[in-house]
Parts: sequence; structure tokens; C-alpha cells
Amino acid sequence: MKRLKWIELSVASAAAACSFFLGASAQAQTPTTYALTHAKIFTLAGAPIEDGTLVIRDGKIAAVGPNLEVPSGAQVIDAKGLQIYPGLFDPLTQMGLSEISAVNATVDSSETGAYNPDVVAATAVFPSSEHIPVTRAAGITEVLVAPGSGGFDFSGSRGVIGGQASAIHLAGWTINEMLIKRSVAMVLTWPTIQTASFDVATFSRKDKPFTEAKQDYEKQVNELTDYLDRARHYAQAMGHGGPSDFQRDVKLEALAPVVRGQLPLLIFADRARDIRNAVEYCDKQKLRMILAGGGEAYKVKDLLRSKGIPVILRPTLTLPEEEDDAYDSLLTQPAELAAAGVKFAFGSFDNSFARRLGQQAANAVAYGLPYEEALKAVTLYPAQILGVSDQVGTLETGKVANIIVTNGDPLELTTDVKFLFIKGQQTSLDNRHLRLYEKYSNRPKPTTGAN
Amino acid sequence: MKISWTLFSTRRCTAMLCALALLALPRTSGAATPPARAPEAAPVILIQNATILTVSHGTIEHGSVLIKDGKIAEVGTSIKAPKDAQVFDAAGQYVIPGIVDCHSHIAVDGSVNEGSISVSSIVNIAEVLNPDDINIYRDLAGGVTVANVLHGSANSIGGQTVVIKLRWGQPAAKLPFEGALPGIKFALGENPKRSNFSIPGGTPRYPTTRMGVEETIRAAFTEARDYQQAWAEYDKRSAAGDKNAVAPRRDLRLDPLVEVLQGKRYVHAHCYREDEILMLLRVAKEFGFKVRTLQHVLEGYKVADEIAAAGAGASTFSDWWAYKVEAYDAIPYNAALMTHRGVIVSVNSDDAEEATHLNQEAAKTIKYGGLTHDEALKLVTINPAIQLGIDNRVGSIDVGKDADLVIYNHDPLSAYAVVQKTLIDGRVYFDRQRDISERAGLEKEKKALIAKEKKAGEKKPDATIEMGKRPGAKPDEKKSEDKPKPQGDAVTGGAL
Repeated sequence: MKRLKWIELSVASAAAACSFFLGASAQAQTPTTYALTHAKIFTLAGAPIEDGTLVIRDGKIAAVGPNLEVPSGAQVIDAKGLQIYPGLFDPLTQMGLSEISAVNATVDSSETGAYNPDVVAATAVFPSSEHIPVTRAAGITEVLVAPGSGGFDFSGSRGVIGGQASAIHLAGWTINEMLIKRSVAMVLTWPTIQTASFDVATFSRKDKPFTEAKQDYEKQVNELTDYLDRARHYAQAMGHGGPSDFQRDVKLEALAPVVRGQLPLLIFADRARDIRNAVEYCDKQKLRMILAGGGEAYKVKDLLRSKGIPVILRPTLTLPEEEDDAYDSLLTQPAELAAAGVKFAFGSFDNSFARRLGQQAANAVAYGLPYEEALKAVTLYPAQILGVSDQVGTLETGKVANIIVTNGDPLELTTDVKFLFIKGQQTSLDNRHLRLYEKYSNRPKPTTGAN
Repeated sequence: MKISWTLFSTRRCTAMLCALALLALPRTSGAATPPARAPEAAPVILIQNATILTVSHGTIEHGSVLIKDGKIAEVGTSIKAPKDAQVFDAAGQYVIPGIVDCHSHIAVDGSVNEGSISVSSIVNIAEVLNPDDINIYRDLAGGVTVANVLHGSANSIGGQTVVIKLRWGQPAAKLPFEGALPGIKFALGENPKRSNFSIPGGTPRYPTTRMGVEETIRAAFTEARDYQQAWAEYDKRSAAGDKNAVAPRRDLRLDPLVEVLQGKRYVHAHCYREDEILMLLRVAKEFGFKVRTLQHVLEGYKVADEIAAAGAGASTFSDWWAYKVEAYDAIPYNAALMTHRGVIVSVNSDDAEEATHLNQEAAKTIKYGGLTHDEALKLVTINPAIQLGIDNRVGSIDVGKDADLVIYNHDPLSAYAVVQKTLIDGRVYFDRQRDISERAGLEKEKKALIAKEKKAGEKKPDATIEMGKRPGAKPDEKKSEDKPKPQGDAVTGGAL
């Protein structure tokens, strides 16, 4: 049943899908006006519109409301019985940087060395990654691609500054067409006091006394401070002279917007102690901070609220850090943070599990988060936190038309995305998984037993 | 080799590295652990006014389930509460049979792999069950009542496995599912051939190819068959009164394989690719044993007819993919497609966290492949029960079966459903309201214990070292102000 319905729809929209592929190569010539009619529209900028129309023109939302006139020449999609939402925004992935995580040749997510502020995620996003169509079929229209965060290699070294994260649309022939913003945040993995590590020589766990681990931690933080000081001096020099006046350093130059407070740090930390340390550090250093991870953010929620630190939360479907934490602490945490006034978004922190983004949000609702907050935490709030809400996140006139049309609640497990628009172009829902499914659904019964 | 984000993606870490248990960092118990206490004698319980998803005979609206002596005594719409019965009014709530997780690594003390050899059938997971593993409680809170506890996938033929009930609070001896046939873990593909785990500079372990995996299994079963024959001859001669008959030397490695040949032990085989699936079915046919379940079996959809013809079960993931090459053709339609081709399919966890929402994972097959609500629910109840040979006891809500039940506040095939109670053998092992109401008290107890310990540490400075029990700890260690969180031994050795 489900499949048949899909085929019906895909036939109906085949022409439009084709026009996308043609259109992407020659965007200027394609008819780009669509009218989605008779849908229930959740703009997230006001109350839902019961029988609404949404007009897309030249990649943008041209109009949204009840009783709108359909512009002449518009391609009309009757969305009666369907619902329209802003496309979902996954604010933490390695989309396009990592294809098969076990195969090093397909992984470009973490540069070697501790300090790589100059590397930019968008540079290595592979537009043909199979993850992209799979992810957008789940209704995710844009993502943040974060480099370098938290990776480790067998030498035991951990990066500190991983590079610049980029926000991208999940459609386009090239990265240029996909880009929302090339440099959105500087990724920093907050050092932790690590008393246990992996020992290559014995291929097993190695314990370190606490005092030693703490000294290592302090050393790392001191190095970070030195590095930022150098960047600050460099930025000052940049302001007072031309490139001929000093020796250029691309790494320090990349940090200049950070120390000037223009570019936020996206800081990975989970334990309450680490979060507290990172927040206090940024406060003292006058750096803008977005917290990523936040496994124990609920334990420091007052600090986060008072300092106005937004959080990109790791999946709610994660076990608590400590065995004596409440079994549901990561599930109830979003409700707690919302009640405390901490702004947060849900992130998948992954590529192949990115399509669980809605599920993560729904689970938080099951444990007390108001539904509308959950919906905003996968659309508007990530856009706000990452500073691109002028472009995406709600269905408002003038915003980029990243839109999903569904047959139900986009956070629910069984809901299908029926139509997808990215940058105002109807975008195919086809993907590797659907193709393999159709191919092997059509496999004839074997004539000879293989066994 | 660089592994990115494993710190964040523990789930992927499991699938990738379970074979090695790279960083097993167990945290020993603190004070505020949910109370590990066994419920007392099985009470008479009536659950009423619920939507009952029986799995075997449809849905009963406003239904009741009567539980006596740990068994389901009655299922229907107008059951009167017997005297002394505890009555659970479940208006607006849903009751399903306890979830059976066909692939779990919880409750294992230490590493799940004996990775040094390619045939490790000598080891047995039943001997290292840890009833205090907090993940038992967490999975119970996710509605899991039965788990098939397996070794990792480092070996072509791995260790002996055991089916347990999640009887939190009971000693290890009470965990195994009475009468359930034991199993043995096999593994094919990248993990047993060590594709992703070679130690730099280390000597490779045979096998390193899928061809070698086949021959490792064939060689072991060739030996096992000879060994079985040697015993059969000895038994025959000694039964005939031949006093010169000498018993073969007992081989603990081959004993479990003989049990496989005799059909007394199930084979649960970790596999991914279509070719290796057919390989194992071929080898099993050659030696005359059955593959009870193909585990993971992410390319099972490509050879679903062959799997169905061989009578093997398939236990897969909902939507995992791309964490290694052999998972690159994994599709979320796998369970549905195999179901449509006549395979008995279950959805498993392989991971303590994933197990907490297997109901949700099963629901995804409605979206991916169009299974019905009933078919989807079977993937985590009766189907895994069939695969483990325990469907006469669990997996559906029928009179006479074990009262292993889960009560949800919504339709369990929704991301909005939360487990309210989990019962095993008619006893409440998890109760969400009780858990919540006990938190404040536990927190208080934890604080008191920490304060007591700090005080003791101040009086006797040496106590700090003793507590940590680190051999060769430097003398200056006790000077540390920011003392690490108390590690369990100190706490549990005392008050608890």
C-alpha cells in the first residue's frame, strides 16, 4: 500500500523532479514558481494555517496564507490532506565529510594536529555523498557540517580546534550551490580530565592517576590560552598595518573573527564540570560560545541561561553518563532546559543516524517538552543559534524555500515526506536505499536453490 | 587508522568495535543506582481498561489481563478482580508482551570478546553474567524483558551464549531463561577477518578473508564430526561391555559444536553481505545443522528467498548503515522485505541504548516497506521468541504464557510512547512512578555517603589511597583537592 502510494506520487512529481535536475544546472531558465494549495501550514512564525497556500518564486517563499491567489504560470501541487513545515535543520553532522566511517579514505572529518582553525568544512563536502539524498528523504533540508570535533586517532591525540563549520543545503550540483554560509562557527573540543585512555601498545584500556590527568588537562587549557593570545595580538596587528608589516599566519588569521567576537566557538563538552569550565573560560576571554553535546547540560542549566549560552544537544536517545543518573536523564533534559529558559536545538551528531533527528525530538516531547518547542528545536532554533535564521527556519515571505510536505507529524516515526523543496526547487526523494529496495523487491524467485 | 566521532556515536562504536571492546570503561555503582531488589512472591494482578495488543489474536479495546502465579491467567474484556488482587487501572494505556531482544551484550562482566583465537567456542557468556549491570535496568525501563546475550564478533566461531530474563535485583543464577536452548555466536565478514582492527605491526590472525572464514568453520566442524563419531564408537563399545574401550579425550572447544550438530545448541551468526550469508547456509547444509538466526544480516533482503528456504531466522537493525563497507548496502526496508519473502524477522539492538526503544525501531518498518501495525510489533515480540525457541513461554499475550508485559502510555509504535511498567513473571520489575518518587531519597543517600567518605578521608589521609586501590599510586596523589568521584568499591563495600 505504502509503496503504491509513493509510486503514484512520484509519477505525479516526476516531471518536477526532472526539472530540478535540469534546473540545478541551468537555474536561471527553469520555471520556478510553485503554489502548494489546500495544505495545513505550520509556518512556525504564527498559528498554523488550516487551508493555506504557499507560493514559491525564484527559490524564495513569495507568499503564505489562507485564500491566496495562485499566480499565473505557477506549477500547482494540491496538498489537500497534507501538512507543510519548514524543512528540518540538523545542526550537527559530518555530512559529505565522511561516507563510510570505518574506511579512512572516505573520511575527511578530522585534520591531524591539535590546532586547525584554518580548515573549513565546506571545502571537503562531497556533493555526491549517498548520505545526502538519504538524509533529505527524511525531511532534513539543511545541516551544519562540523569538522574535527572530538575525533581521536590511535596515537591518542585529540584535536582542540577542529576548524570552521559550514551550513549547507542538502541539494546542489556543487558546494557553491549548496552553501548557506561557509563559516558559521569555530569548532573546539573542550579538553577533559581523562583518567582512562586507549593504549595502542597493548590494545587495551590504560588508566592514568587523577592528578596526572588533571595536569594534562591544565596544560591543554594553558596552550589554548596561549594560542588565543597569539591570535588576539595577531588580530590587533592586522588592524594596525598591512600584510607587509608582519609575517602572515593563516591559522592565527582564521582565529581573528573568533577573538573579535564575530564568530562563535562551537564547543564540544558533555560533563557538567567541562561545560562549566568552558562557559567560565569563554566568559573570561569574552568569546561567543555555542555548546555542543551537553550530555549534562541540565546540571548547569542556570549557568547556561544566565550567560545566554545556546546548546546543540546530543541525541536524546543516549544513555546517561553515570550509572547512578536517572535512566531518563537525557530524555527529560530538553524539557528541563526549556523550562529554565535555555535555548537549544537537537543535533544528530552523525551522518547515518541523521534521519533520526525527528525521533530524537519526539522522544523529548514524550518526556515533557512542549511539542511546539520540539518542532522549533529542529527548524527555527538551530537556524537562530547558528545565525542563519534570516534565510531558513520558518515559512515566512522572503526566506529560502526549504519546505517539506508530509502526511503527518514530521517528528513521528511513521510519517512520510511526500514533497520536498530545497532552495525553491522540487527535489527528488529518491535515494540509495529506495533504489536498492525497489531493485530487490523485483528480484524474481530463484530457480535453483543456492544452498 | 582514525576513528572519528566514536566518542559521540556510541551506537556506531558498538557495531564497529564491539568486536574488540576497545574502551570498556565500566563505572562501578554509586549510591543512587535504582534499587536492585527482587520483587517478592508473585501477586495476583489485574490490568484493566487497557488497549491490549496481544500479537497472537489481535487488539482488545478496554481489555483486561489477569495474572496469577507469574502466568497470564485470563485475557478478555470483562474479567472481575479476584479478592486480594492488585488492580492496575490502565485507562488510555497500552499493554504489549515483553520485548525480546535477540542480540544483546548487556549483563556481561568485562569484555565480550575472546579475540585471540578464531574458534573460541570454549568460552561461555553464562559464566560471566553480571546481574548488577545498570543496563539491565535501563533496558527494562524500555520494555525489554528477555535478551539473547551474545559474545562479540571477533571470531568465526565465537563463544557460547545465553538467553536471560531481565530480573533486575536477582542474582546471576536467576537471570537465565529456564529451559531456553543455549546458543553459540558465529561471525562472518569484516569483523572475524579483522578488517578494521589490525594492530599496527601485529601478526595477522587467520582468517583474513571471507574464504578463510568459511574454511575456519568447515575445519572446526570437520573436527567436531570426527570427535562426535569417536564418542559414539566409545559409547557403543562401552555399552556392549567392552572393558578395553578408551574414552576419547574430552575437548571443551568441540563439545559445543557437537551440540550444534545434535540440534541442542542454536547458531546465531553475525553476518552482513549476501555472499557470506549463502556461504554459511551452504556450510550448515554440508554438516547437517541449522542456522537458527542470521544476526544483523543487513544484506538479507538480497537473498531473502534463500534464507526463507533454509528456515533461518533473520535478526536485523532498523536503520543502521554506512559505518563500514559491509554496511553500505544496508537499507531500512530490510526487515519488511525479508518479512514479505517469508522469513521470520526480528529487530534487535546490539546496544544497551538501542534496546531502550526497540518498539520505536520496529515501528519504522511501517514507513520503510509498509508492514502492518501487527507485523511491526511482531518484530520485537513473538518473532524473536520464535527465533530463540521460547515462543511457548513468551512473545504474545495468551493464557498460560509467562506474564511478561509492558504497559505504555501511548501506542508503543510511536515515538511518543513511554513505558509505565514492565512485568516479568507477573512481578513488577520496573515502575516509572516508583522510579521517579524514589529519586530524591536516593540522591539524599548518595550525598550522605559521599559526605561520610570525605569525613573519613580527612581523618585518615591514607584512606584516600586505599579507596582508589591503585597499585603504585604516587604519594602526592592524596593531596589532590579535586578528588575524583568515589569509585564504587569504597561505597558498595560498605553501606550497600
